[in-house]
Amino acid sequence: MGVSKGWYKFSRNPLSVLGLTVLIIIVLAAVFAPYITPYPEHAGPFTNFRESSLPPGPKHFFGTDTVGRDVFTRVIFGYRFSLLLAVVVISLSVPPGILLGLIAGYTKRRSLEIVIMRVTDIFLAVPPLVLALAITAMLSPNLLNQMMAISLMWWPWYCRLVYSVTTSLRHEYFVHDAELTGAKKAFILIRSILPNCVGPVLTKITLDMGFVITLGASLSFIGLGVQPPKPGLGTMVADGAKRLPAEWWMTVFPALAIVLVILSFNLIGDGLRDMFAVEEI
Amino acid sequence: MVYEEKMLKYIGMRLLHSLFVLFGLSLLIFFISRVMPGDPARVALGPLATEEQVQKLRMEMHLDKPFPVQYYYWLRSVTHGDLGRSLYTKRPVVRDLNEYLPATLELVLCSFIISLIVGQVSGVLAGYFRNSWFDGFSRMVSYIGVATPAFAVAIFFLLIFSHILGFAPTVGRIGIVMRPPPRITGFIIFDSLIAGQFKTAVNAFKHIILPATSLAVAHIAQEGRVTRSSIVDNLQKDYVAAHTVHGIPTHSIIFKYLLKPSLIPTVSIMGMDFAFIIANAFLVELVFMWPGFARYAVTVMLNKDLNAIVAVVLIVGVAFGIVNLIVDIVVSFLDPRIRLQRKGG
Repeated sequence: MGVSKGWYKFSRNPLSVLGLTVLIIIVLAAVFAPYITPYPEHAGPFTNFRESSLPPGPKHFFGTDTVGRDVFTRVIFGYRFSLLLAVVVISLSVPPGILLGLIAGYTKRRSLEIVIMRVTDIFLAVPPLVLALAITAMLSPNLLNQMMAISLMWWPWYCRLVYSVTTSLRHEYFVHDAELTGAKKAFILIRSILPNCVGPVLTKITLDMGFVITLGASLSFIGLGVQPPKPGLGTMVADGAKRLPAEWWMTVFPALAIVLVILSFNLIGDGLRDMFAVEEI
Repeated sequence: MVYEEKMLKYIGMRLLHSLFVLFGLSLLIFFISRVMPGDPARVALGPLATEEQVQKLRMEMHLDKPFPVQYYYWLRSVTHGDLGRSLYTKRPVVRDLNEYLPATLELVLCSFIISLIVGQVSGVLAGYFRNSWFDGFSRMVSYIGVATPAFAVAIFFLLIFSHILGFAPTVGRIGIVMRPPPRITGFIIFDSLIAGQFKTAVNAFKHIILPATSLAVAHIAQEGRVTRSSIVDNLQKDYVAAHTVHGIPTHSIIFKYLLKPSLIPTVSIMGMDFAFIIANAFLVELVFMWPGFARYAVTVMLNKDLNAIVAVVLIVGVAFGIVNLIVDIVVSFLDPRIRLQRKGG
């Protein structure tokens, strides 16, 4: 499917295009954070008690927190952590998941298939947050461990998805033809089956970005993720929550920032789903 | 009676499968907990304990033995109903669970009821009055509901309803000055109603409404969407047109004929949703200081309480497994039935 045709379909959805625009803005803001934020040094250990707990105003768009740091700057820097988390987790968990799903779906050896799928089931037996919590809790809480823990239990979803696509296609004629003409297994997998997985996997990746960011924010909120003074979005919400309701801006703006980025990912995912769905007749 | 036999066989196989998965899960979590860096015995006793005391605790916890032996000891005590001693509360884990689990169950039950009422009703209405203002409005709401993490929802609710509007209290299950009712089921609302303490019941209800609703939001958003689309699908079916032509009143059509088939996709996503409800409970209980199982779990995790963490993960796995089993059975129950009905009539 050509790119221009795909884009045409995607652009039919005004909301999805909006989501894409917002996401691009957020990504650019996060990447160029030190250059575009008004007070970049506030993202680290910085205190200025004279300007602490200020409500939103022209000098500080989102107000300041209890030690005088500009909330707006910290939110933009916080996006860096969230986006980094999402990218790392997806890159770490999707390839093994796809690989295992392909193998499990295509192999003629039932035992291998069963083993892979049972292990997948074990990881899927608990909600992702719980397992990620448990693992991060047992390690020391920081961003790196958070990423590892979440990646560790994210790959089963992709394994299962690719597995179901593979098994449904395994007995199709075009696969049989390839086998009969003596193509190697790897060749069949890559050329015949994998392209059919691209649609669902890509859609899932987009929606998963939102999930992973939620998960990361939740972990940070509980206290097991990004540690202060680093500006993780979830951490900021947790810190600000203690200041409710008087100094609401310390919680509300980071929370809204999280909602915004997840919303854009979801809108894009919906657009992607529509883009790929029409092809299946 | 072939149908019943097949169902039993299916249930049996699923049970076996779940048992295996639980076994594997326990192995996994136990392995992780024992392999992690850090000395749990030292953490439990604190820095002031002497080396001998720590060593004694280590031997008690079998930490010096090889891993398979540790797992065997743990498995043996679990089958005797002993989940070990919490290193944090110093009490048997089972007692902790006994105290905190009902609170969470009550919360989950309430949020389930709320999500059922609000989600299903709005889903049906949105599906029936497709593209109306109500439909667009509820679609927007559900988009935002899905995109907002549970703790953000909880905090927003807390801010709006507790602080600004003064609607509901902020923490705990009942007011500090209230006396809790005699513990019959562990559900405060229920117990106080049974004991005739109506004021306590009302107070407990006011306390539960906000956390239960926060918990229900994501659920409502998801289910509303699914219900809506399946109602939309089913509205196109011929039998609805036939019923309308025959003069059957609209509300009859909706409730008697549309609801059952539309429920199938809703029920089948309930399993997945339940996972999110459990996960969100962790966050909501934290925000509202609800003394439930999930908050207990967070506490023990923050304190690296190995025994309790393992027990907690296992309980969650069991609960999730049970719910999935029920959902699968219900779905396979609903579906062939309708297929059979259609073929017959």
